[in-house]
Amino acid sequence: MDTNADNTNCPTSAPLTSLSGWGHYPVVCGHEVRGEDLEHLCNGAALTRGLGRSYGDASLPASAADTVVGSPLADRLLSFDPETGVVRAEAGFPLWRLNRLFLPRRWFTPVTPGTHYVTLGGMVAADVHGKSHHRDGCFGEHVTRLKMRVVDGRVLECSDEQERDLFRATLGGMGLTGHILEVEFRMRRIPSPWIWQATERCADFDSLVAAVESAGKDWPMTVAWADFVGGGKAFGRGIINKGRWAEPSEAPAQPPRFRHAPALPPIIPSWFLQRWMAQVFNWLVYHVNGSRSHVGIVHPETFFYPLDVVRDWNHLYGKRGFTQYQCVLPTTGNHDGHHRLLRTLQAQRADVFLCVIKDCGPEGKGMLSFPRPGISYALDIPIGPRIQTIVDALNEVVLAEGGRIYLAKDAFTRPEHYRAMEPRLDAWNAVRRTWDPQRALRSAQSLRMFGDRP
Amino acid sequence: MKVVFLGATKGMGRALARLLAQRGDQLFLLGRDVDDLRRSATDLELFGAAGSVGVAPCDLMDPSTFVPALDAASAALGGFDTVVVTAGLFATQDALEADAALTARMLAADFTNTILFCEEARKRLLAAGGGTLCVFSSVAGERGRKPVILYGAAKAGLSHYLEGLDHKFSAQGLRTITVKPGFVKTGMTAGLTPPPFAAEADDAARAALKAMERGRPEVYAPGIWRWIMLVIRNLPRAVMRRISF
Repeated sequence: MDTNADNTNCPTSAPLTSLSGWGHYPVVCGHEVRGEDLEHLCNGAALTRGLGRSYGDASLPASAADTVVGSPLADRLLSFDPETGVVRAEAGFPLWRLNRLFLPRRWFTPVTPGTHYVTLGGMVAADVHGKSHHRDGCFGEHVTRLKMRVVDGRVLECSDEQERDLFRATLGGMGLTGHILEVEFRMRRIPSPWIWQATERCADFDSLVAAVESAGKDWPMTVAWADFVGGGKAFGRGIINKGRWAEPSEAPAQPPRFRHAPALPPIIPSWFLQRWMAQVFNWLVYHVNGSRSHVGIVHPETFFYPLDVVRDWNHLYGKRGFTQYQCVLPTTGNHDGHHRLLRTLQAQRADVFLCVIKDCGPEGKGMLSFPRPGISYALDIPIGPRIQTIVDALNEVVLAEGGRIYLAKDAFTRPEHYRAMEPRLDAWNAVRRTWDPQRALRSAQSLRMFGDRP
Repeated sequence: MKVVFLGATKGMGRALARLLAQRGDQLFLLGRDVDDLRRSATDLELFGAAGSVGVAPCDLMDPSTFVPALDAASAALGGFDTVVVTAGLFATQDALEADAALTARMLAADFTNTILFCEEARKRLLAAGGGTLCVFSSVAGERGRKPVILYGAAKAGLSHYLEGLDHKFSAQGLRTITVKPGFVKTGMTAGLTPPPFAAEADDAARAALKAMERGRPEVYAPGIWRWIMLVIRNLPRAVMRRISF
């Protein structure tokens, strides 16, 4: 694999453009069409993508000849029932808009990923999880109904009662079972639009993992950050953030104000972000952030989307891009597997500039959804000549531990590793076969991992 | 405000209508496809529009629909003080050159019929003592340019008309606002390669709303296009012949 390619040789003129996921790796040449009329546009298309926030190749076309439909212009709210909280919108409706509209009305999605620049369709396709997975499961648990265009051209509704197999294969199915046109899900009433947060510093890796495992008993939302670039004792220490919705008596009287996030322009060269900078950053987070007021009210966007304060922060990595390796290690009663993962990172000298640790609860409805009971690691690693070796080594550990990786993040996992991690793949493939026998829906990722043909 | 909106279902119109809804304005939507209008009406109600958002069919290609559409709006809103027109038809210069019928349709939609619609709206606004007429033209109308000769000609005519309205009727309380968007990433421009400074529909809508609130007769959306077009307008012909902008 040529990991030195900065860019593809894409003609700069329309309709072909270079397309990539959030990690800017890989970059492929493709044809993306956008419009308000998603139902019409996706007829015959090979894939629908949202805001391109999956990190790797999940939202990219399998070949330049394939048409990929972009959903973000199909973004209308279709209904909201203030009695039940059930909301329905076109698939391109973005989460940030939903939040800003409904937070002041004291409604919120029960499950949010770590960025609000995602579409509802994308949240379904990746069956996203968040800080509350141990309590609320994936987004799919709260989806009541989907409207889809399937490969034979029909437009249909699916849910737990109607076309159940299609519904469950679509949750976490990476857009490969049909084009998601509309999403209906149940929002949750919140006592106030503010978050009550408690932050705790953990001086070493074992206490950090233990804190993540135990915090979920008392807190609905937990997430930890670990320092994987610091040397010696600093390696593996971190901070755990615990939160819940604030009660009206604790919360400020005013609803939170929303700011327009500045965007980082794509001007930073690949050599810019160095290991020492990540070390300084992680040191600062540990010492400054971790020592600041431990308990109190925070803005919901600060709590849920700390990185979204700068749009396009991925440009920090320059053209080389980065990958986010995310895996879940099953609960075993000890931390041996976690230490093996750590030792592998050290042995591989992997530059993990950012590491986020989360607690996962039981598997949900989604046939291919990522989470399972255990601890999830999300590791941001810049693309370099050794990235494939690093991912392979990590996958060997995850495989031995009985864990799995997250398709929405992946760009490097080998198909044989994935198949070995994923005993559920056959059942999902069977559903896919009924709805799309020719595998007309495909992505660069399905080509790489599922053996689809271009 | 009580707003009649032609073109609220798509692109910059959708974005601007949502900003108006979030202010709590009353809205009434005009357009070709009533089912699609109803979907947008619900969207705008959920965004906070006052009361229920009504709809009526109105086809920019058929001026005979203008009077009944504005009648319906007037009846539903109990009179109106603002009319917004974002509807229009865009095609590339290549497509227009290759198809005279398409050119005729584009000229009718973007020039003749938009003006006919504005004339009807203007009379009603003036009869009610004034109000705001906000119409989306384009920076394409600022100067004859190779990539937008035909489209630009229609928009140039429209901009001239709107400027004239402003001069003649502002003393009578009619505020005419010409919005001149640059390249905005909407369904209309999907498939074109965005130039630098390409904006999102939300950015253009915010600029238009600000002009409406302040009664500024002309606004570039987003603002950077004022300076870009200042340069373009002042380039010598010899230079314009050479560049492809």
